[in-house]
Amino acid sequence: MGKAQKIWWGILAVAMVGLPFAAGEFYVNLLSQIFIAVIFAAALNLLVGYGGLTSLGHASFLGVAAYISAWLFLKMGWSHLVIAPIAIIGTTLLACAFGWISLRATGLGFLMLTLALSQVLWGLGYRWVGVTDGDNGLRGLTRPQPFGIDLENATNFYFFALIVTAVALMLIARFVHSPFGAALRGTRDQPRRMSALGYNVWMVRWLTFVYSGFWVAVAGMLFIYYNKYIHPSSLSLTASAEALLAVIAGGAGTLGGPVVGAVIVVLLKNYVSSYVERWNMLLGFVFVFIVIFMPEGLVPGVKRLWLRFFVKPVVVPPEAAAGKEGQP
Amino acid sequence: MTAALEIRNLKKAFGGLPATNDVSLTVMPGERRLIIGPNGAGKTTLFNQIAGDLFCDSGSIKLFGQEVSRLKTHRRTHLGVARTYQIITLFPKDTLEHNLVLSLLGLLKTRWNSMMSLRANGHLYEEARRVLATVGLEHLAARPISEVSYGEKRRVEIAMALAQKPKLLLLDEPLAGLSREERVTVSKLVSGISRDTTVVLIEHDMDVALDLADQITVLHYGKVIVEGPRAEVVADPRTKEVYLGH
Repeated sequence: MGKAQKIWWGILAVAMVGLPFAAGEFYVNLLSQIFIAVIFAAALNLLVGYGGLTSLGHASFLGVAAYISAWLFLKMGWSHLVIAPIAIIGTTLLACAFGWISLRATGLGFLMLTLALSQVLWGLGYRWVGVTDGDNGLRGLTRPQPFGIDLENATNFYFFALIVTAVALMLIARFVHSPFGAALRGTRDQPRRMSALGYNVWMVRWLTFVYSGFWVAVAGMLFIYYNKYIHPSSLSLTASAEALLAVIAGGAGTLGGPVVGAVIVVLLKNYVSSYVERWNMLLGFVFVFIVIFMPEGLVPGVKRLWLRFFVKPVVVPPEAAAGKEGQP
Repeated sequence: MTAALEIRNLKKAFGGLPATNDVSLTVMPGERRLIIGPNGAGKTTLFNQIAGDLFCDSGSIKLFGQEVSRLKTHRRTHLGVARTYQIITLFPKDTLEHNLVLSLLGLLKTRWNSMMSLRANGHLYEEARRVLATVGLEHLAARPISEVSYGEKRRVEIAMALAQKPKLLLLDEPLAGLSREERVTVSKLVSGISRDTTVVLIEHDMDVALDLADQITVLHYGKVIVEGPRAEVVADPRTKEVYLGH
């Protein structure tokens, strides 16, 4: 990591930690929501950006983790400490099954299978009233109190979500730069060559699907803690599409892209929806704008423009440049 | 001695069209086998069945004595098969070095590791550069594939296969599309491969390819027409009829 990069990370860290002491509760809550969307988008990006597998059903994992938690808490009366691992493991197992089915195909077939499976759950969310309370949704949860820290407090929740998000992004970045991550990108670019090189392409994709599902489940836990409420709309196509939009708008296959994309989607949703009822339309316009001017996504797009306008191409050979040092 | 590759009564048809029609052939360890035949003779289809990209309709394929006709491609790779493609199949945005690293990683348990940094495996990068040096491309190691010439890409294809130290190497038209000088370079490279590796080669360019072969198999409409030592096959009138005559 370069010195300038370290400074930027330092500034970001200070800003994130200091923000709750400077900003009002509204902004603290807004950022907590952004954190949830960031984990969701970053996890989806593993599959979409690095694996070349576009899923349109990832809201299933967020929704199911939230529903399992809500149901166990409200109907069974279990404690959060027991529920959290059950919900995450249960949802990850669901991702095992969904991945196994969806990865019968790639490309459009894969997309349609993920969509179909998520639509089944969405339908269940509405119709299986005995468990989900249907259109009323499940409400009445409390937030957990890890080590006696009350997460009902907005600032406490903010730090809780911040830590989870930081850990998630670090592990996801590590995954991307690992040998397995390199294998995953290989299966995206040349699946046939990868199997000839000795990689089990299907297994690489499936494990990534499961890992991605795991992190979306974690996002689902934050979601249910934050909202204390879950409605079938969280399982809907719109919910999956929003996350996919965040990934593509920010820049699929980059680490920063989904973060930026998630910020944009959440901000638009929160700000614009208070002025314009059809906020989706504006999101659509923004998306079209990005696709036309930066088809690779905002993060790589801005980087490209930056390099073009602000950084002069280096044509001087290194020896000559070294010789010039020290001159005015 | 167990054959490196033993194919018995192999059949594969696309729709009603037989691409491999009752092919049997045996390649002994260390052998250089050239497979020739006109376009559409079923040469690449045969390769795809040996490597595992296609499953045969019937018949058997044995690698080093083990029946593999129902094994997936990656499993056969771990038995010691490596191949190159007629149409270059590399990772164009990645560097030559990274392409080689992927090849080396393919046979290692490390490929499943999702926690360590790939860059931390310094020995893989050293080995990648060493293999690139054997095909004379070490100076281009940090360049992306998309920036090097066609001939150099062909050499990367071969380097990726050789990096895995295969027991059986399948080369699908390694000289296709190369200039005269490049052909000489690549054929020298192929003839320099250690005899520990069995080489099966598909080639159109007879002039150069003949020198590389011990044994030649002539395929025509998915059938073996002539087979035997180089001189005999070249002299055979049936070879001239289906191939050299054109």
